[in-house]
Amino acid sequence: MVVMATDPHRTENPQTDIHRTIDAVWRIESPRLIAGLTRIVRDVGIAEDLAQDALVAALEQWPQSGVPDNPGAWLMAAAKHRAMDHFRRNTRLERKHEELGREMGEKEMAVPDLNAALDDNVGDDLLRLLFISCHPVLSTEAQVALTLRLLGGLTTDEIARAFLVPEATVAQRIVRSKRTLSEKKVPFEVPRGDELAARLSSVLAVLYLIFNEGYSATAGVDWMRPAMCEEALRLGRVLAELAPQSAEVHGLVALMEIQASRSRARVGPSGEPVLLLDQNRAQWDHLLIHRGLAALDRAARLGAERGWYVLQAEIAASHARARTPEDTDWARIVTLYDELARVAPSPIVELNRAVAVSMASGPAAALELVDALTADRSLENYHLLPSVRGDLLRKLSRFDEARVEFERAASMTRNERERELLLDRARSCVTASDQPQ
Amino acid sequence: MKFMMIVKHPENQGPPPKSLMEAIGKLAAEEATAGKMLGNGGLTPTAKGASVRLSGGKITVTDGPFSEAKEVIGGYAQFELASKEEAVESAVRFMELHRQHWPEFQGETEVRQMYEPGEFPLTK
Repeated sequence: MVVMATDPHRTENPQTDIHRTIDAVWRIESPRLIAGLTRIVRDVGIAEDLAQDALVAALEQWPQSGVPDNPGAWLMAAAKHRAMDHFRRNTRLERKHEELGREMGEKEMAVPDLNAALDDNVGDDLLRLLFISCHPVLSTEAQVALTLRLLGGLTTDEIARAFLVPEATVAQRIVRSKRTLSEKKVPFEVPRGDELAARLSSVLAVLYLIFNEGYSATAGVDWMRPAMCEEALRLGRVLAELAPQSAEVHGLVALMEIQASRSRARVGPSGEPVLLLDQNRAQWDHLLIHRGLAALDRAARLGAERGWYVLQAEIAASHARARTPEDTDWARIVTLYDELARVAPSPIVELNRAVAVSMASGPAAALELVDALTADRSLENYHLLPSVRGDLLRKLSRFDEARVEFERAASMTRNERERELLLDRARSCVTASDQPQ
Repeated sequence: MKFMMIVKHPENQGPPPKSLMEAIGKLAAEEATAGKMLGNGGLTPTAKGASVRLSGGKITVTDGPFSEAKEVIGGYAQFELASKEEAVESAVRFMELHRQHWPEFQGETEVRQMYEPGEFPLTK
């Protein structure tokens, strides 16, 4: 039993203290609890309901009895009791009740045995829970909401604030997802063989989506938004421990660690975005860079062919290793983009490759590559294409053409700050062309 | 080799001078960019903290401040360096900044090498 020693002079309500502690315990324990229950009852919706019932019991009892020594085991025992009641009441599910009774009869309800049962399966159960939350039968938004709810322990309100959608929308998505998983009888398992790679890529996509929601959020907004970076990183790191044999998982973690390392340097004093090459590198978080490089190491040691996330992380690492922008190994970055273009060919990869080529070999070589892309229909509304072209033309002193490109880019972006930046660059072309050549 | 630098001092010596914070910031930036400092942080007053003590088989949680403590931990930094001598030298430079900008300050930086993963000694 943990004893709370309180100063008699403190005015804070001890009731709020215990509730905050219970909240903290819930955040820590709920994913494992729900994962373990799902394995037993074979239904994510029922599992979450049972877990919530256990939380209610804790809220009723712990303020009197104190927080138990092993809160996870207590919650699991409470949930299992309620599971028995649930199935006993529901005669249509009699068979399930028998199965459940058998399963629970196999293990004693005493706390020490519960611990053993939990520990054996916890890692696998969490992995199963992550895979089921990211099941392709659900829409991407639903996968995101369910993952944050079941594995992040976030409330509906917190998820809604993070993604700027109404709370009711998130609640609906979660309710519908659980119903869909139940109706389609989606199995609670880690996929194997060929299916594993495809399913893993769904999970990684969801985590990266959550990360980018946080990464693109600006400071001064609801703090739940930037907190998404940490949540995605945390889940990624957990996944790396649960599925250490996947190079792409380590690649994603590496990519997120390194991108997160730049958060302080990415935003200027008045909230304006600062480009990578203009950032103050002393403000990069070197602990995160260190972790990112270590994750990339783990990926490399697995010896697999490099995938999308590993390559993106390698590119990010090339920048992270450079003390100054001038130290950047652009030639290496170009070859990484060559490899990326083979693994996942796309006009956007080609555009990024052209930027690297311009740094490694000069603007003329890059302009040839970019000119070839202007015919690509899929880049019609992509403002970065004229923006990059404008940059290259400017470097080649073709100021009038550069101005036209920047103005075109400005008209294509809906982001006010970016528009201003681009119009600024257009204006600078006018002044530049006025200078004696 | 990884090192942990732990700065300890009697609490309530007042806020550090701005010039010291700027000098420390500059040193930290140099060491971070050189890949030597992996992370660092200043710790907020113990009044905001809590102690979780295990004694006689009992766990007790107490909120700060910890008036009985002579010294508190003010901050820490984690380094990747080639030798203990380098680590000590780094700590000396850090304390030298205090001597220059805040001579009344009393405190110590403890330098401890960290175990490598897998190196942690087990009894069985």
